[in-house]
Order: sequence, then structure tokens, then C-alpha cells
Amino acid sequence: MRSLLKVLMPAVVLAAAIPVAVLAQSQGRAFPDVGKPLTEKEIKSFDRIIGPDGNALPVGHGNAKEGEAVYIKRCQVCHGVNGEGGILRRLVIGKPGQPYRGNFYGKNQDLMNGPSYYPVPTIAWDYINRAMPVPNPGTLTPNEVYSLVAFLFYRNGIINEGDVMDQNTLPKVVMPNKDGFVPAKPVYPADKKPSWY
Amino acid sequence: MEMKSDRRRFLQQTAALAGVAAGAGLAAKSGPAKAQGNNVHVEPPRRGARYSIDHMTHYTPLHELKSVITPSRLHFMQQHTSEFPEIEEEHHTVSIYGLVDRPLRFSVADLKRLPSVSRVHFLECHANSSLAIHGTGNENMGPPVQYIHGMTSSSEWTGVPLSVLLREVGVKGTGTWIVNEGGDACNFSHTLPVGKAMEDCFIAYAQNGDPLRVEQGFPIRMIVPGWEAPFSVKYLKNIKVVDQPYHAWNESMNHSVARPDLGGKVRWYHFQFGPKSIITNPSAGLQMGGRGYNQITGIAWSGGGKITRVEISTDGGKNWRDAKIQDPVHTRAHTRFTYDWDWNGQDAVIVSRATDDQRELQPTLAELGKHWGISMDEWRQKEDKPRAIHMNSQQPWKVNKDGSISDALFT
Repeated sequence: MRSLLKVLMPAVVLAAAIPVAVLAQSQGRAFPDVGKPLTEKEIKSFDRIIGPDGNALPVGHGNAKEGEAVYIKRCQVCHGVNGEGGILRRLVIGKPGQPYRGNFYGKNQDLMNGPSYYPVPTIAWDYINRAMPVPNPGTLTPNEVYSLVAFLFYRNGIINEGDVMDQNTLPKVVMPNKDGFVPAKPVYPADKKPSWY
Repeated sequence: MEMKSDRRRFLQQTAALAGVAAGAGLAAKSGPAKAQGNNVHVEPPRRGARYSIDHMTHYTPLHELKSVITPSRLHFMQQHTSEFPEIEEEHHTVSIYGLVDRPLRFSVADLKRLPSVSRVHFLECHANSSLAIHGTGNENMGPPVQYIHGMTSSSEWTGVPLSVLLREVGVKGTGTWIVNEGGDACNFSHTLPVGKAMEDCFIAYAQNGDPLRVEQGFPIRMIVPGWEAPFSVKYLKNIKVVDQPYHAWNESMNHSVARPDLGGKVRWYHFQFGPKSIITNPSAGLQMGGRGYNQITGIAWSGGGKITRVEISTDGGKNWRDAKIQDPVHTRAHTRFTYDWDWNGQDAVIVSRATDDQRELQPTLAELGKHWGISMDEWRQKEDKPRAIHMNSQQPWKVNKDGSISDALFT
């Protein structure tokens, strides 16, 4: 009897464990038979949505000098020498050591371009990684993206030439236009009438 | 390859036809529309179009349409790439992850198994009716009512409520926003508050009863009723539940604007469209039929709900009379109105204004400017005209003695 239990036990444990796992997956679900569970590993393989906290940034690094080389090869054809504009928008508003601190209204409205306008640094990484360069988005390596961000931040006077951008340093960069947006935490439903405010 | 070049030739021909249809008086500023990729649906000649290296735009010919439903092929489109993605429905999925109890992936077939809703809603580009576009049309873009206001359209969309899917994954208490991401080349992304997502948003797989067209996000897209269309992400592929607005590039750049009433700062998010209406016929660039009876007709809509009233003035906004609202009236959808007008053959300025069931009234440009801290003189200036998005101001048209009609917004 005891030996029989010994033989059966693993099966009993397994049989008990499987329904528990399935239950945990389907608990609270109205349609448990529809859709497939995603593993953390799968999510990591495709997640490119990067927030201001930078939590989902991949490991990598780059500096302005490395970025300049990538820029000349992959970006200059559209955005011009040193990001100063070409057939597509300019990316540089400030100068090395002199970030642009003006507003973006009236005569300055066309300056609404590139990282000098972004209130948080991670936007640059997220956008370059997801959408650039225009003919072949998604073809830049993490190191290339970090170095391009470093190059553009340096040209805009936001960081120093030797600063290294990586998954830890990038989210901590303080942007010159960080207070240029209101409300900082938009609310829904709107707290102000009329709705088209 | 042969098919591709045939299609290109067809596009060039139709672009040329569009120029003819748009009529004389519009300066020719660019050549024929360029074919983009090999996935473009056959283009009817009536669709206004503008293509650039990183944008494709189609304008709805509002003046030629008579229904609250925009024919799918004439629905406006603003695509942030130079080609449409070629997505196979059988292999397309949407993954929902982030701050959830159970990350899940749904195939399009999965979505079609789930309970569905079918609703008529307008979609409108945040930059529709922008001040800067007045007077900049070309022969590919149609008359002013098409190229100025034609980035709004209305369709019956069918799909799965987002609330059904978010309940399946179980949003954690810290999950207050979601980021929607598309499967087009630019992986277009946009943030949405969970409150709105649970309220009335849905993932659509059909438009006016048909599968989505490729330029409308085939095989699936988000529909965010009443809010500016960039929220309604096409080719929807990923939904990440997060704890704060992510301020994606598309939200922080082209879709934002600095305003004097905010001390030159930028209002980051614009959500809901206010009440809005346009007289589509008669309108600028068209010709009056002649002295005597001329029906005035057009569309009204609001992100706030149903249209309850449309008024018409034929003396530039001094006196107003009710227009007839035509059934059906859907929530957050184009609504049609008509007005009987006996034109005496003299100069006249015709304009409409709409009221919605939130009792909000469509403002004049001067009223909108007052709200934003912008004077009419600033609106009128040719250079450095203040950028404005989410324009819902009234649109006056000037009917001239000779039967021609012009844009009177800035007069």
C-alpha cells in the first residue's frame, strides 16, 4: 500500500498542481478558452514600449562620438549635417553647452523639433528605436540607439560630449523643457469645462 | 510587377482626375500623387491626397457625400509611413501585458469569437481644420471643404469592447494608463487612460460591415470614440498597461501645441472634440446653382455626445435660425442637417453652429481664440500664425454675387 502511494504520489501531486495552475490563469476570466497566456520571456522579446521611468530599456550604451558616426551613416541624409535639418525635420535647437530654454510659441513655434522639446529623455530612445530610420525602422541595435541619443543630446546642449548613455543614465537626464507641458499629469474625465479646452 | 506598375499608372490617372474634379481656381502646386508600395487599394478619383516621404494623407470629399456614413474607401487617412503594412490576418495577434494579472495574446480569430459591439462614430484628425492649411490646397486635395475639413469621417465600426479584454487580463490597481502600439513600419504608439478604455473603446475588425481596409488598419484597429483620431491606433499589435502617461513621440511632438493662455506652455493631451459643424454645400470653391432656392446642407458632430441642435446664419452670424436635423442621430457621429434658403443673389456669409447634448455650443474663431489667449489679429497674420490643433470653430463661407463661394474664416 505504502509502495503504491509512493508510486502514485508524484502523479497525485502533478494532477493537483495542474488544475491549480490552470485555475490561477483563468481565475476571474469570463472567456477562459479564448487567447493564449504570454510568458515574461515572450514579452521581453517584443516589448519596445519605453516609459519615462526607463524600466523596459534594454542593456546597452553609447556616447556622442559613437553616435555621430551612426548619425552620418543612417540619419544625415534626411535630417542634415549635425541634425540641423534637411528634407525631414531638424533635430537640434540648442548648441553644445547651451541648451535651448526659450518657449515654443509665436515666432518660436517652428522650433518644436527634436529632443530640446521633449520633457522626458526616454522619448528619444523610444522613438528612434521604434520608428527610425524611415526606410528601415527597427534595424538599429540598442548600442546604436543609445549612441544616437547621446549625440543628439550633446548637440542640443543637454549632456556633455563624454557622457555615456545607458539604461541607467538615460532616464536620469534632466531635459531643458521638462516644465514646458501642462498639466504634467493629465486627468480624465476633464476637470475643466468646456470639454474642448 | 506588372500589376504594380498598372496600379501606379492608375493612381497617376486618378490623381489627375482628382485635379479636374477639384475645379479651376485652385493653384497647382504639386505633381500627380505618387504610388506608395504595392498594397494601395484602388483609389477613386474623388479622394483628395497628399503624400510625402513620411506621411500619406487622404481627404474625404465632404461636399459630395450625403450620408452619416462615409463610404469606407473615402474615409480620411493620415498614415505616418510611406507604405501600408502587409499584414496577414491569420498570423496577426494583439498582446496585452504590463500591469496585469494574466498577460494574454489574442489572434484575430479569437477576437471574433468574443462578444461584439457595432457603433457609428466619427474619427477626426487632431489637425483637421487647422488654420495654417486655409489657402494652401492643390489640385490633388479637392476644394477647401475637402482639404481644410476633410480629415473627419464617420463609419459603423464593429469589434470587441476593450473592457472585455482588459477584464480577461485583469488590470492591476496600479494600471491607470495603457499604451497602444500598431504593427506599421513606424510602430505608431499612443497612450490612453484606462478610464476611457473601460468606458467605450473597442478593437474594430469591421468598417461599414466589411473587413477593415488596409489604410484603415487591417486587420484590427482601436476605436476611441469622440477623441482625436491618433488615439485610435491602426494595425493594433500590442497593448501595455502602465502606471503613468507615456507621452509617446507622437503625443509630444506633432500632436501638441504651445498656447499663450498657458504662459506659452504646451497642453500635452487633447482628448475629446467639442461640438462642430460645417456647411458642405454650398461651400468655397463650388458654384451657386443660381438665384432663388438653394438648400444649405452639411454635417455636425461632437466628441461629447449627440448633436441636439444646428443653427444657420446667412448674415455672417448676426441672426440664427434652426436647421433641420436629419435622422439617424448617433452618439459621437456625423449628423446631417438641412436648411431651406432663398438666395437673393446678393453677397451673403453663411455659417453653421452646433450644440451637443452636453449643452456645449460650437464657438466662433474669436471665441476659441479668447479661450486660448489668441487675438483675431494673431489668427489673421500670414507669418507665424499661431499653430492650433483641435479646431472646432465655426466656418463661414462667403457667397458672392457672381455665384462663386470663398472662405471667409478670417474676415
